[in-house]
Amino acid sequence: MHPTRWLHALIGVALLAVSGQASAVLKIEITEGVSGARPIAVVPFGWTGSGERPEDIAGIISNDLARSGQFAPMERRDMVSRPTAGDQISFGSWRTLDVDHVVVGRISPRSAGGYAVRFQLFDVNRQRQVAGYSFEARKGALRGLAHEISDVVYKQITGERGAFNTRIAFVSAEGSGDAKHYQLQVSDYDGYNARPILKSRQPIMSPAWSPDGERIAYVSFERGSPAVYVQQVRSGERRQISRRTGINGAPAWSPDGSKLAMALSYEGNLELYIMDLGRDKLRRLTRSGGIDTSPAWTPDGERIVFTSDRSGGPQLYTVPVDGSSAPRRLTFEGNYNAGPDVSPDGERIAFVHRNENNQYRIAVVDLESDLMRIVTDGRLDESPTFAPNGRMILYATEHNGRGVLGAVSADGRARVRLSQAQGDIREPAWGPFRD
Amino acid sequence: MIRKVWPFALVALLALAGCATTPPEQGTTTGGATAEEGAATGGAESEGATGTGMAEGEAASTVTAEECPPDCDFSRDAIDDPGSILSDRTIYFEFDSSQVQQQFMDIIKRHAAYLAKYGDVDVRLEGHTDERGSREYNVGLGSRRAESVSQLLQAYGVSPSQIETVSYGEEVPAVEGHNEEAWAKNRRVELVYPASGN
Repeated sequence: MHPTRWLHALIGVALLAVSGQASAVLKIEITEGVSGARPIAVVPFGWTGSGERPEDIAGIISNDLARSGQFAPMERRDMVSRPTAGDQISFGSWRTLDVDHVVVGRISPRSAGGYAVRFQLFDVNRQRQVAGYSFEARKGALRGLAHEISDVVYKQITGERGAFNTRIAFVSAEGSGDAKHYQLQVSDYDGYNARPILKSRQPIMSPAWSPDGERIAYVSFERGSPAVYVQQVRSGERRQISRRTGINGAPAWSPDGSKLAMALSYEGNLELYIMDLGRDKLRRLTRSGGIDTSPAWTPDGERIVFTSDRSGGPQLYTVPVDGSSAPRRLTFEGNYNAGPDVSPDGERIAFVHRNENNQYRIAVVDLESDLMRIVTDGRLDESPTFAPNGRMILYATEHNGRGVLGAVSADGRARVRLSQAQGDIREPAWGPFRD
Repeated sequence: MIRKVWPFALVALLALAGCATTPPEQGTTTGGATAEEGAATGGAESEGATGTGMAEGEAASTVTAEECPPDCDFSRDAIDDPGSILSDRTIYFEFDSSQVQQQFMDIIKRHAAYLAKYGDVDVRLEGHTDERGSREYNVGLGSRRAESVSQLLQAYGVSPSQIETVSYGEEVPAVEGHNEEAWAKNRRVELVYPASGN
């Protein structure tokens, strides 16, 4: 109505580029271990320089593997020896400890600056090296390097691609009442190296990574009503995509990055639309009397899965992107199923399910078998997002009265919690692989 | 003539507002029918409300004076007076519902009377939900709540051009907390008068 009256809200909005040193560090706890996970020992890496070891690479790898639910890394205190190279490994003693694989490595300072890192992965039973690499890295890149090593180990042993060297985005909120402020943050997948890319006194919602990992679409209320923006992660530069009357929400990138699906209400009711970003053209996709929101693309780019309460309570539906046929309902169990994310292989959908005790939990439905499984055990779980390899789901939950992030293996076996020192964090979005 | 038609029209509008905005909790088939009807009548409703809102000052003020609780002859600056009955500006909702409960009708009628009298004053209806469930779906629910209040204000003679609605979903709770008590206080529509800084 009078947008100028809300311009004052712009003060206090800061667009930030991702650069510089790490700030907030998230706390990570493994809340539920797994039986049947592969036993592995990641021995603390040797440090050939003077002073303190620049980074605990083995600790990072160990945590990565444990969080995946696929591995049970040995505790350091249980290690009988600490080899740092293959020729120091006594395979017999590791075999008595029932360890299948051993990871060893060394960090050395380079005269030109930075570090040389060598690592080797051994199969204990075959007494053979399975993988071995040498890297060079500056100090700030050592965590990333550790995640890359985790990816190598994961791939060698499970045969599948790891998603440890990826990033996430999430929204944090601190303070209350008039002092409340919101940040859109980007961090490593494990919450480290978190940096804000947007700060605002008004709510920020629905972050979504572009498929190339260069941009994030989100909703900001900074001008008093919601608008959809696309921001370059690196430069902080951004573009307003939609600020129509009413709701501008729930942006979702097409797999080729050329379109954004959104939920808009400027024509009266909240409906789904597809915006062609190159041509700035908007096309309406749904028509119903209910709320239609939370679009998610299937990986082939041909269908949209979304939330609609056209039949009463919210349920998931799917519709072809070209609108060639009517939406088809996907969920029938329970009276509340909302906020879908489609797995990278397109075979499963994670969403928020309300159970008979009015607890909101993350459920995963397998599209082929139609079987639904609840994979979390909270009462306020929401915003599920698949890892790019489909093996883990990150979601928002509540712990000790605060908003925290939970991660669960997609089979529901291993659970991890990420929390910040203060305030609430929520709405995680898992970024794509970094090639 | 006008006096006879009016109360009936209002009752009908109120009934429709409830129907359009409250998704039934069980029964998908019935639910579907209701939601569809809700949508269809939603259009009719706003048209009707627009018509009545524009039915010239006379008709509108007749109705509001009759419907409004006592002492609704507000001065212009009553909106800035913290002691005024207009300082009640929050309408609370039941879980999963966007139907305005009877006990909040007086608040709506008072504000409608004020806004109908001062047609150049704008109001912003901010819809909110509790924190449970999907955030994006909650934006939709908050919008439905704001829309319910908007329809009622219009039914009581406020021009749609005076009303702006916005939904914050669960993003801006009035009360921090993760229990029934906090949730009840967070499911709400706030009437905000941007010009008066309130």
